Amino acid sequence: MSTTLTVRVGTPAATPASTVDMSTTLGRFELPNPVLTASGCAGAGRELNQFFDVAQIGGVVTKSIMLRPRSGRPTARMAETPSGMLNSIGLQGPGIDVFLEKDLPWLVEQGARAVVSIAGGSVEEFGKLATRIRDAGGASMIEVNISCPNVEDRGQVFACDPRAAANVVQAVRRATRAEVPVFAKLSPDVTDIVAIARSCVDAGADGLSMTNTLLGIVIDTDTMRPVLAGVTGGLSGPAIRPVALRCVWQVHQAMPEVPILGMGGIRTGLDALQFALAGASAVSVGTETFHDPSAPMRVLRELTKALADRGFERFSDAVGLAHQPR
Amino acid sequence: MTPVQVTGEVLSLRRIGAYNAMTVVAPGVAESAKPGQFVTVAVGGPDTSMLMRRPFSIYQVRERGVYGGTVEFVFSVEGRGTRWLAHMQPHEPIDIVGPLGKPFALPREPATCVLVGGGYGSAPLFPLADALRERGCRIDFVIGAATEERLFGALDAKRISATLSVTTDDGSVGLRGRVSDPLPEVLATTKADVVYACGPMPMLRAVSRIAEEAGIPCQIAVEEMMACGVGVCMTCVLPVVGDDGETRMVRSCVDGPVFHGERVRFDDIGTIPADAVGAPEPPPEPKPVGKRAAKAQQVAEAVR
Ligand SMILES: Cc1cc2nc3c(=O)[nH]c(=O)nc-3n(C[C@H](O)[C@H](O)[C@H](O)COP(=O)(O)OP(=O)(O)OC[C@H]3O[C@@H](n4cnc5c(N)ncnc54)[C@H](O)[C@@H]3O)c2cc1C
Ligand SMILES: Cc1cc2nc3c(=O)[nH]c(=O)nc-3n(C[C@H](O)[C@H](O)[C@H](O)COP(=O)(O)O)c2cc1C
Ligand code: FES
Repeated sequence: MSTTLTVRVGTPAATPASTVDMSTTLGRFELPNPVLTASGCAGAGRELNQFFDVAQIGGVVTKSIMLRPRSGRPTARMAETPSGMLNSIGLQGPGIDVFLEKDLPWLVEQGARAVVSIAGGSVEEFGKLATRIRDAGGASMIEVNISCPNVEDRGQVFACDPRAAANVVQAVRRATRAEVPVFAKLSPDVTDIVAIARSCVDAGADGLSMTNTLLGIVIDTDTMRPVLAGVTGGLSGPAIRPVALRCVWQVHQAMPEVPILGMGGIRTGLDALQFALAGASAVSVGTETFHDPSAPMRVLRELTKALADRGFERFSDAVGLAHQPR
Repeated sequence: MTPVQVTGEVLSLRRIGAYNAMTVVAPGVAESAKPGQFVTVAVGGPDTSMLMRRPFSIYQVRERGVYGGTVEFVFSVEGRGTRWLAHMQPHEPIDIVGPLGKPFALPREPATCVLVGGGYGSAPLFPLADALRERGCRIDFVIGAATEERLFGALDAKRISATLSVTTDDGSVGLRGRVSDPLPEVLATTKADVVYACGPMPMLRAVSRIAEEAGIPCQIAVEEMMACGVGVCMTCVLPVVGDDGETRMVRSCVDGPVFHGERVRFDDIGTIPADAVGAPEPPPEPKPVGKRAAKAQQVAEAVR
């Protein structure tokens, strides 16, 4: 690859975009390309399928599902912030029964690859969810949402405690078939992200999703009260990109062999390329989907072109490249 | 009916009283739009820091203009996004998604329909009135706003309706008071079969209550904060009673924005009612009253 990089600046595409090999892997999960949706930003794929074919992207990461139906937090649940947004949805969802009956089979029928995100209030609940998903079949990967800062009970945030995070990961890994990778989704709101990452990997995580939202508050200066009914919310969008990228960088540097699904403020193919260069083997496009419902497909197109323009023949050659000396 | 995303072109932007009306060449959106549906537009240009698309009710559509189908919406400048929109120029590109949401349901037989609009909420009632008149319905309009310049469409309403009632909060034109004030009398004198309403939430609450008391079915179009507008994020929910009698937090962008007035639990907006499907297990004590529910209550008391 280093030879193909000697193209002069301004030279038109060294590699035709159509010939760049975009395939990638997340543990034992093989993807035709590295662009996925982000949990909570794509439902279960059905609505976005009106704007692009969800089978064409790397995979659909579904909204974190819980054991029982859940009505979430009171409204207002959203505040727009500079280059971002604050959300406090509170994991509203239909519960695992409806998800397995209606949503997962639909994704499989479309030929889409489903990454099922799960959330729970206890280690036991996570274990039960994983068992239900194993029994149903159809999931290409499990993403364990140990980091959602929105759940009602502040004490239930596993992602900030290496031991609690490890317990959850272990329970899910045990209940999941070997060929289905289990990724732990980390919160950036920690002092030492590498310590949490290591703890999850030691407990059996096949990889890491990074990152979830950052906790924030917006105050309405007319009412002089917090805008969100839940007071705090998760900050997402381009505003958090450098923080998320730093997390990916640090963890990849510490554990280069561990696959990373990178996310946080990706709007364009070049943003996705930054995550790959920092060490992500694939990326999720979240908040940008609200701005542009066909964003995941567009980011894939732009990323492919960006790689071609830089003379890459394979996406995988870009993964972690920024860590190498010039 | 499935929504499309197109890069449209601004055809015109004109002032109507306190509002702006923007017409966009948006092939694919115009052709399938139905009264009560909305569009979302991206604001701020390609590198915008405003990530949330802005939702607007569809005002007029022309399926086949010289340049292809056009969609028009009426908007009030409220904040940064609408201020940016108000400065757009003809021929500039605009990213538009639509048509979105559930439209108003139309009566099968010719009926007497009372249309109630508050502020720019009157706008989507005009395509509705056209559709109703095509079916041989009688239209009676009640429109209101804070001030005369915030009334929308009084002249057009007069032209197409059997009767028109106008209210303003400051009495600058029509009756002084709320748009719901003359409604009981209008319902009685017209022997209305159905009520349609669009406007601010406290108004919709008052209109729904009046229609319910009169035993007349009422469809309302609500306005909730939206992040995605297409049903994936769960930002825009409100408590609505389903056919099975159960309350659910439903998405106003795909299950609405049009609802049956009597099904919306206005008093509980801004809360998760303890009896809602999936409500937190130990019912919160004391019952929380949201900011908006409290505001709606105040307004309703003022209306009475
Ligand atoms: C279904 C629907 C139909 C609507 N139809 C119309 C219409 O026909 N004409 C019109 O003038 N307005 C309409 N609105 C309201 C309009 O979307 C807001 O006034 C507009 O988004 C404000 O944007 P801003 O950038 O000027 O304000 P800002 O306050 O800067 O907006 C910040 C954020 O809050 C959101 N927001 C602010 N006010 C509202 C509101 N009232 N409702 C929903 N979201 C809001 C914005 O979308 C944005 O995400 C409609 C809203 C909905 C949900
Ligand atoms: C409205 C909304 C809902 C979300 N819901 C979830 C969720 O259920 N589970 C989860 O793991 N992450 C959730 N997230 C976090 C995203 O998956 C993602 O990690 C984060 O938003 C950063 O990426 P982005 O900037 O591209 O959105 C949510 C984000 C948003 C904006
Ligand atoms: S605005 Fe996203 S679900 Fe309605």
